[in-house]
Amino acid sequence: MRMLRDVLWNLFKGRATVMYPEERGSPPDNFRGRLGFNRDECIGCGLCHRVCPASAIEMENDGRGARPVFHIERCIYCYLCIEVCPTKAIKPGKEYAVVTSRKSDLVVR
Amino acid sequence: MGVYIPVGPQHPIHPEAILLKLKVEGEQVVDADVDSSFVHRGIEKALEHKTWLQGLYLVERVCGICNVAHSTCYTLNVENLLGVEAPTRAQYLRLVVEELARIHSHMLWLGLLAHLIGFQSLFMLVFRDREKVLDLMEELTGNRITTAYNVVGGVRRDIDPALEHRVRSTLEELRGRVKRYRKLIEEDPSVRARTVNVGILERSEAEELHAVGPVARASGIKYDVRADDPYLVHDEVPFNVVTLETCDAWGRAMVRVEEVLESIDMIMYSLDHIPSGPIRKRVPPVFKVPPGEGIARVEAPRGELFHYAKSDGSERPYRYRMRTPTLANLAALVYMLRRGDRAVYVADVPVIFGSIDPCICCTARVFVLDERGSRVLNLEDLGRSRGR
Repeated sequence: MRMLRDVLWNLFKGRATVMYPEERGSPPDNFRGRLGFNRDECIGCGLCHRVCPASAIEMENDGRGARPVFHIERCIYCYLCIEVCPTKAIKPGKEYAVVTSRKSDLVVR
Repeated sequence: MGVYIPVGPQHPIHPEAILLKLKVEGEQVVDADVDSSFVHRGIEKALEHKTWLQGLYLVERVCGICNVAHSTCYTLNVENLLGVEAPTRAQYLRLVVEELARIHSHMLWLGLLAHLIGFQSLFMLVFRDREKVLDLMEELTGNRITTAYNVVGGVRRDIDPALEHRVRSTLEELRGRVKRYRKLIEEDPSVRARTVNVGILERSEAEELHAVGPVARASGIKYDVRADDPYLVHDEVPFNVVTLETCDAWGRAMVRVEEVLESIDMIMYSLDHIPSGPIRKRVPPVFKVPPGEGIARVEAPRGELFHYAKSDGSERPYRYRMRTPTLANLAALVYMLRRGDRAVYVADVPVIFGSIDPCICCTARVFVLDERGSRVLNLEDLGRSRGR
């Protein structure tokens, strides 16, 4: 019975949930989402590959030298690579819905 | 003549895999045993193949809810071994995030308790309010649950005045809500009927079984690592160790609710007294740790969390060991279920089980036995046959 007051009050308050697929709240500025990569700024030092805790970064030779390839399906969003990148070639992003039916969508190069 | 009922490993009362073997006579439990070894993930072993910094992100994933406690414990341990101390501002920020995590963990538990006793509207309301704390975590650290906030040498993000204001106003609002829930738990007849005198664990029994955290504090043991062995800046931030003498599931609920209020006060105090200055000492991403052994203890939301590290001077740990609070409380759980001096009813098993706030995936451990299965092999026995 003691809950009755809260329950009645909730009838007149707006809903607390978000109708997710239609309505999407925007994450805060600090949010760690899917990262981006600017290949032109990369110097191929390989630091990101060495620090990645999830082994989500592989090095691939593209003719100019070794360049990282990011596998988002393995990424744990710790942003260690962004922290160590000397040229800031790896960019933070805010995208959080990374579900896809094609694995190639999850490779950032 | 009793009947054995297996509860688990997959069972609606708990989403994680644990097997409670109950021997039942009529409606009463007369014997109980527990098997928590279904979700062993090999994290301690995997840590030996990660560098010290990479290991931090694996340790964080030992437990989803108390990941801040794990990462705090790990960073304190590694910093001790390295001889580095985080700047004071970073220690205050760590404390703020740790207490935010405690609030959301206790509120999650309160919601689950309401769910276990069939009080769905309380469950919904508590989870709605818990979401506000998670939003604060997301803004401060960059993620709701897996915060990746602590790092060896400090923290990764600073708090700005606008965010600090939001933290204060949200927590002020939350304080009122939590006081309302405290009143509900104190007075609501349906909550009391399901929790008072359920899962009795007397003080002497809790001491003997080495219960930790809210389970011990609800049995009247005044033990909290934050007060008894202060880490971070807990010796500067005042708080009360909440204890109750009721020794039952109701007391465990009250202790947790009171702790949420204490945590809110601690965060407010920390935000008032946080010094300015750097938040991080630069430690290179790949570093070597001098040979030696180290331990660290923190008070996780569920109780005392203990980490042990052994370094052989390389950039990877030689051995890493963790004792999580649920592991310490399982003995008390089994005792509560099979005590002979009071009737324990089958219908109360979910509440008793839930009252220790079990986290099974942190708890599973592996022993290696010799061929005859009579002796547990230790690390040195195994070391003879392994090459690093």
